[in-house]
Amino acid sequence: MTNFDLRKSINWGLIAGLSAIFTAAVGIVETFDKSRMVVSPFVSLGFLALLWLVPVLAYRTSLVEELEGVERPEPSVGNVWSGAVVGSTAGIVIVAFTFVLNTWNIREIFIKFSPALLDILTFNRSFALGALLMLILATVLGVVGGAMHLIGAETRRRTVAAVLWIIVIALFERFVSQILRQVQIDDLFDAVAGRSLVNIVYNDGGLTWGAAMIVAAVAYYLAGRPVIDFRETKVAAGLRSTDRRERTRWSLIAAGIVAAVIIVSPMLLGSLLSEILANVGLFLLMGLGLNIVVGLAGLLDLGYVAFFAVGAYSIGLLTSPQFNIQWSWWTALPVAIALSALMGLLVGTPVIRMRGDYLAIVTLGFGEIVRILFLSDFLKPLFGAAQGITRIPPINVGITSVSGINPQGILYFAAAFVILASWISYAVQSSRVGRAWTALREDESVAQVMGIDTVKAKLSAFVVGAILAGFGGALFAAKVGSIFPTSFRLLVSIIILVIVIVGGMGSIRGVMLGSLVLIGVLGGPTQPGLLLEFADFKLLIVGVILVYMMLQRPEGLVPSVRRSRELHHEELSQDAWFDKSGEFTEDEAVAADSEDGS
Amino acid sequence: MPLLQINGLRKTFGGIKALDGVEFHIDEGEIVSVIGPNGAGKTSFFNVISGMFPPDGGEILFEGRDIGGWEPNQITTAGIARTFQNVRLFPNMSVLENIMVAQHCRTSQGMIPAIFRTKAFRQEEAEIEERAKEILGFFGTRLVGYRFDQPAFVLSYANRRRLEIARAMATQPRLLLLDEPVAGMNPRETVELTGLISRLRDELGFTVVVIEHDMKVVRDVSDRVVVLDHGVKIAEGAYEDVSQNEDVIEAYLGRPAEGKS
Ligand SMILES: Nc1ncnc2c1ncn2[C@@H]1O[C@H](COP(=O)(O)OP(=O)(O)OP(=O)(O)O)[C@@H](O)[C@H]1O
Ligand SMILES: [Mg+2]
Repeated sequence: MTNFDLRKSINWGLIAGLSAIFTAAVGIVETFDKSRMVVSPFVSLGFLALLWLVPVLAYRTSLVEELEGVERPEPSVGNVWSGAVVGSTAGIVIVAFTFVLNTWNIREIFIKFSPALLDILTFNRSFALGALLMLILATVLGVVGGAMHLIGAETRRRTVAAVLWIIVIALFERFVSQILRQVQIDDLFDAVAGRSLVNIVYNDGGLTWGAAMIVAAVAYYLAGRPVIDFRETKVAAGLRSTDRRERTRWSLIAAGIVAAVIIVSPMLLGSLLSEILANVGLFLLMGLGLNIVVGLAGLLDLGYVAFFAVGAYSIGLLTSPQFNIQWSWWTALPVAIALSALMGLLVGTPVIRMRGDYLAIVTLGFGEIVRILFLSDFLKPLFGAAQGITRIPPINVGITSVSGINPQGILYFAAAFVILASWISYAVQSSRVGRAWTALREDESVAQVMGIDTVKAKLSAFVVGAILAGFGGALFAAKVGSIFPTSFRLLVSIIILVIVIVGGMGSIRGVMLGSLVLIGVLGGPTQPGLLLEFADFKLLIVGVILVYMMLQRPEGLVPSVRRSRELHHEELSQDAWFDKSGEFTEDEAVAADSEDGS
Repeated sequence: MPLLQINGLRKTFGGIKALDGVEFHIDEGEIVSVIGPNGAGKTSFFNVISGMFPPDGGEILFEGRDIGGWEPNQITTAGIARTFQNVRLFPNMSVLENIMVAQHCRTSQGMIPAIFRTKAFRQEEAEIEERAKEILGFFGTRLVGYRFDQPAFVLSYANRRRLEIARAMATQPRLLLLDEPVAGMNPRETVELTGLISRLRDELGFTVVVIEHDMKVVRDVSDRVVVLDHGVKIAEGAYEDVSQNEDVIEAYLGRPAEGKS
């Protein structure tokens, strides 16, 4: 039968089953199941985590890649069979695992295999009934996945969109209900319907079935409509206009819209969401800095957190009543930035002649040295060792003062700094210095032969990166009020690097998306994200994302043009080679033309 | 005073004497070819002049200053530019960017002006771009128009070679070092490039040293030919004289019985 390959289906089924077991083994299933629903009642986040791979892989198994010149088999019942085998195989694996759990006590080794997990896997029934239910459920999911081949591309796309939107809206319950409350719709409903809107939409942390249906219908409808492309809007056309006055006018309008969004949104978001967004801003700031160092100049710096730490400690030292300088944050800021820049120069100068991996290792060492210096008892009078620097005063802005207890204020600051940093990144990138960085990354020795002072160029990248991190540190110090060496662990450097990689090296928009996804949704190293329950598994998920990205999309979510060229270089050169194998390449055609003419 | 005067230049790699006391000079406005069998030390000669490897001995006087041991970028700034035997462009930068970045050492606007988009900055950027287009225009229709924005790696082999020459020109040198500029080109392209090398001097006033294996090209372009073998200059003079020289013929064909190796 076409579209049905028994061995392949069993293999993928095993993968789905084993990954389900793994998910259970690390504790995700149990934690998620306890904490919340996706669609309430019945569909819990735990079950979603356990079984989501089954339909996905069931679909994937009988997916035939489109190849030039090879006919693709028509979708048929074979697809459904294949899905059914994937599903039932996965079901059998999970049931076998449940059986093991039920029979032996392996909890001493696998501490997460608790009785509660067993209850989840057997749907709170007896083992036999639970196993049967699980088997049926997995098979049905597999069949659904396989059947997705039969419904046509357009319907499939819309269906998938509907399902994903249900999941997204359910997971972002905190976000959505906060917005609903802030815009007062909620009270209105309360008055009219006698029940608040949030309670109608959400139940137990997940969507109610009614709300889920509505979300699905809307998503299904909207997915069929063309996406609004910003480049085709009136604003974009105005920005591209050749008339200078027109362009200025539209830039002002665009800037106005952005400013309005930035000013209004913290008021709508409430303090928890503002806090999360402020963290996103902080990491974004550092991501933009590291993007210059790694993404543009190609210097793999693993000790980037050191500059962040210098910025924060400078503010602490200069403003906290723990010492007797006690400047205001505003006076201390330029000094903190200058010190970060100086640190960039200090670290940069000795290591700048190293290339690639060596540079990475040495900067990693420097980052740790800085942290350990802050931690050392020897320098305790200066940096307070493990006790850190406390009582850092808030930022004074005339009428009010801004600190961590006022996350909206911090968010304004973060937004301002991010805009500044984005402009710096953009402006420098498209200038003489930016081009020198690109050349440096492409081929260092040739760049030097072409007259670029590589030492100077690298140092300038290092210093700009350090300055942006310094801004981040300065804001961080005022936000948290007390700083400790533990806030500046290697992990922070790595997370920032992951933001840059996942977002897309060398791409400003990529870094923005990367920090929104990683810091906003999952949360920073110690900062909470939108999905609080993911906190324990943050690093695991980041790891999975990273592996997936490296395999499927190494250029990042929003790649810079140049970066994706680099990574798909070979494919493109192959195309060029295909061109060559023809009689006339484009070049020769041009050459021939010009000769005919003369 | 010659533009470039080289005395007793030596460079060894491990036990290999790549350059063994080479004497060389070139006057302003000359085109000199450097020839020699494979492994004679021609590329090493360029590498040492352009500062990629420091010399082990001897002096390199450019405009009367000893540039031996300078950093490559200092040498380029002083006025010597080169191309590479195995084309080394910035493959993912566009054609235009390849030329713009090569003007680095002739321009000055740093980061601060870039951030504030000062008038001086915008003016310099416009000049850089204009000059880049002008330089690319030197190669006829080959590297202009839609080519400006193509990444360098999609170019055909011949165009990559042209772009490398353009990039060297963009550093505004007095002396151009071209390492096998026609290698891998078809006969038609070779003829065209030969003409171009002459135009480099006649129209733009560059002084040119060219390493070449293609004897027809050597004959057509050079005022003078220098022959290297085993890191030693074995002959020098007009093409006709050098091509009759017995040592040269031997170096190329090998010495049958009492070979010196
Ligand atoms: N970086 C290096 N390390 C070690 N040996 C080198 C290096 N560069 C050149 N050599 C050696 O120096 C000698 C001269 O090499 P060079 O590349 O200068 O020759 P060439 O005249 O350019 O030859 P070709 O015509 O093949 O380009 C060769 O024996 C080569 O192996
Ligand atoms: Mg050579």
